[in-house]
Amino acid sequence: MRAKSCAPVRLTLPPRGQEAGAGRATIHTHTQSGAFPAPSSLQVVAGTERAQAAYPYYMQFTAADDQRFWFYNSMHFPEPMSAFDMVTAEAAYCALGSSTTRVHCLPTTLGIDYRIINGRVYIGGNAVTDPAEIARRTGEFQQRAFYYYGNWERLYAQWREKMLVLIREAQALPKLELPEFEPLANVHAGRGIASNHRLLETYQKALEGYFRMWHHHFEFLLLGYGAYMTFFAFCKKAFPEISDQTVARMVAGIDAEIFRPDEELRRLARLAVQLGVDAEFQEGRTAQAILAALGTRGDPGRTWLEELATSRDPWFNINVGDGFYHYHRSWNDDLSMPFSGLPGYIAQVKAGESLERPIEKLQAQRRQLIQDYRELLGSEQEREAYDQMIALAHRVFPYVEGHKFYCEHWYTNLFFNKIREFGSLLAAHGFFADTEDVFQLTHYEVEAAIIDLMTSWSNGSPPRGPEHWPQIVSERRAAIVEWAKHSTPPALGPVPDVIDDPAIVMLWGITRESLDAWLHAGSDADSRELRGFAASSGVVEGPACVVKSVEEIARVRQGDILVCQITNPTWAPIFQKIAGAVSDIGGSMSHAAIVAREFGLPAVVGTGTATSRIKDGQRIRVDGGRGVVTILE
Amino acid sequence: MAAGRHIAWFEEIGLGDREQVGGKGGSLGELRRAGIVVPPGFVLRTAAFARCLESLERDAPVRAAVAALNGEDLEAITACSKALRSRFDAAQLPQDVLEELAAAQERLGRAHPQQPVAVRSSATCEDAADASFAGLQDTYLWVRGAAQMLERVRSCWASLYSVPSISYRLKHGIPEERVAMAVVVQIMVDAGTAGVMFTRSPTTGDRSVVTIEGAWGLGSAVVGGEVTPDRWVLSKITGEISVREISDKLIQHVPAAHGGVEAVAVSEERRRVACLSDPQLQELGTLARQVERHYGRAQDIEWAIDRHSGAILLLQSRPETVWSARDAAPIAKREEDPLMHVMSIFGNRPCR
Repeated sequence: MRAKSCAPVRLTLPPRGQEAGAGRATIHTHTQSGAFPAPSSLQVVAGTERAQAAYPYYMQFTAADDQRFWFYNSMHFPEPMSAFDMVTAEAAYCALGSSTTRVHCLPTTLGIDYRIINGRVYIGGNAVTDPAEIARRTGEFQQRAFYYYGNWERLYAQWREKMLVLIREAQALPKLELPEFEPLANVHAGRGIASNHRLLETYQKALEGYFRMWHHHFEFLLLGYGAYMTFFAFCKKAFPEISDQTVARMVAGIDAEIFRPDEELRRLARLAVQLGVDAEFQEGRTAQAILAALGTRGDPGRTWLEELATSRDPWFNINVGDGFYHYHRSWNDDLSMPFSGLPGYIAQVKAGESLERPIEKLQAQRRQLIQDYRELLGSEQEREAYDQMIALAHRVFPYVEGHKFYCEHWYTNLFFNKIREFGSLLAAHGFFADTEDVFQLTHYEVEAAIIDLMTSWSNGSPPRGPEHWPQIVSERRAAIVEWAKHSTPPALGPVPDVIDDPAIVMLWGITRESLDAWLHAGSDADSRELRGFAASSGVVEGPACVVKSVEEIARVRQGDILVCQITNPTWAPIFQKIAGAVSDIGGSMSHAAIVAREFGLPAVVGTGTATSRIKDGQRIRVDGGRGVVTILE
Repeated sequence: MAAGRHIAWFEEIGLGDREQVGGKGGSLGELRRAGIVVPPGFVLRTAAFARCLESLERDAPVRAAVAALNGEDLEAITACSKALRSRFDAAQLPQDVLEELAAAQERLGRAHPQQPVAVRSSATCEDAADASFAGLQDTYLWVRGAAQMLERVRSCWASLYSVPSISYRLKHGIPEERVAMAVVVQIMVDAGTAGVMFTRSPTTGDRSVVTIEGAWGLGSAVVGGEVTPDRWVLSKITGEISVREISDKLIQHVPAAHGGVEAVAVSEERRRVACLSDPQLQELGTLARQVERHYGRAQDIEWAIDRHSGAILLLQSRPETVWSARDAAPIAKREEDPLMHVMSIFGNRPCR
């Protein structure tokens, strides 16, 4: 969360032709002065028109969209989206809008509209401005949202149960098989439905489950953020100079789920030392090699592997991104990430460090922090209001912190891996050269390919897909590479007087400051200074290790300053190695910020352009208390 | 050695003694009580002033002359001020006062040989908390030797009859009988760095931060606005330093050869260097919090760092008045239904 307060956010007009990601080729050709470029002035990159046309009609910009304000959702979708991955936006906005518009009936806002061009997702709010309508929706909101707040613990416990049911359903989806003949057992049982139908059924269930998961994701989220924002806004009024991270520390949970994967890793490091198998964990050795070596170490090796298995289910279901891209694989799918952290932890254990998070001490510190600020308030009346607000924020925040593990990580991994199974099946039947090609099709097209395969199995003719899809897939892969080379404007359309849509303020933290930062980045590309959100205080200088994708994570060396697009708790194991962190995306309540504070590392998040402006190996200074990164050479 | 009737050492007094030791003297005593290190010294009580005044009154009216003035008549005020000031400057102090003063100075000098002193007015009147009145009287720095000190004590008394002081009293209707002055004599801090700090942000009124301003040399350059000081903002609670503004500090005040201070240029290499280290900032922040806690309200504080020992000393602490006067309605109050608080976010666009 990084919004400053509930004060209306005013957008300033950008000077002509400014955009995020300066220094790269630009897509749009002209900019009206006094407004962001109109959506219709954005051009599809030459040669990628067919890839653009693949996205469904309801995601394409139309002429009417020129009348509205849009901004690039670089927070969730920092890279061009493949055709299939658009389902993450589709399912998420469908569920988000249901919650805000119709379930909890937020008084001043409906849902979020979204469009895609050149693989970039633009979104726009849908504000309610008629006072009579706001009043009517306020009545509805208080009957609905207040019920949720009032029954939070019970409903949240119920939510976990629902999520576990959903996860079990996804795990129970059958393996994909197309035997030459229908198994005899099925025939004798009088099943009456042939195996090919199972493919359609499984695909539709997988897709349906994913859409359903997003409804659960938003069941509590806006209410949780809203309670946090209430406390946040109060603190900003009472203490105008308080840092975002200090308010975050007062609210953030100490034993939230997001810390668990890293805690499991620390546990495994301690265990390796206790069992005397720690010598197997050498920097640079692959996970496969380590696992094989442990297999030869008798009982201690076996014990460690058994404990690894308990950690993996479920805590290694965390993915290395934020759950919006199919290629952000989980620790379970790729053990290199967690294993890269083990040698460092093992060295710490051997140096006598316990690696246990001092939960009680951290809790006492948080209590003290809350108490210290409370004392400074101006009156007893304010203290009473403060007590009420922090109490509500503490009640609701475990959901805000906990839901991601279940939704964006655990469930999303199951979903993408199921789609991957379809990719593998289709590849085996000649539709694709590679399993991963399936993600270049929209979810509608995947279904079409499945029906093609089902038909082929049933009528005995070859499928049509192998002639149809490979060309399309390579065209779309090329388009994504091309799109990634082009920058895209941070916003489009007429500049609104104010942005005070609570959903946008809460979820994207779009503030006057953040826009100024983008605009500043565009106008002053030569500047050696980058501004972002002060995520974790402290000042550090060191060499930048610019990591543009998770695959490069192994390059990070002790003492480097990590510069990346986005980090999440998966990256925690490398936080023990680094001296500081800088990200393109994220707010002061982002997981990167929380982990950095936990490790006591200076961090600046949400700079917008760090990975494009900082060169690998450059010396930089990170001032995490002020949110400033300086390029020193 | 017990102090006589006219002398009070800092360690003997507090804010409750303002009637006899003035606002500044009381505040220095009070800081010591709070466990804060201040430059050692004593106060010549108002009783000494009263006796001097009585003897002058015997020659010709003093208080009545001021009371008779018209606040609008600047010419008459100027003439009266001139006459009264020269009478104070020439006044003979009673013998016992002179003896006590000499003894006190000797005691101070024994503990701090060869050290110059600051001689500071410490006025008292009914509304002693009023900082604007306190600021009208004189302070003399780097005073050397017994004769110079005595002269400066009389100058302090005389400054009660300066044109601005008289005008202020006439304008605010402060009766002359309630006006008195004590004089603070304390060891001068040979400051390498000095400045001010505010336990409430002067710019935003935030109570959770300490704003520290400082520059090289004696604090008079900062207080007098002759140099743009470095400025820091640190959190009282987390110690986090959120603002660091290092300015171009062109000049600094240093002790002048024959008493007083003079401005000299700061060397090129020191001009843009921060005048305080992070540990010093943290120490100042801790002191600020300690003083504020002791008084139970926001304070504006003058501080100095001894050039030789590196010790941080506080020279003065006054209640903050600007933001405290502005505090009106609470930002939020307890709600019967605590959930109603969330309507400030979800509700009726309240901030528009």
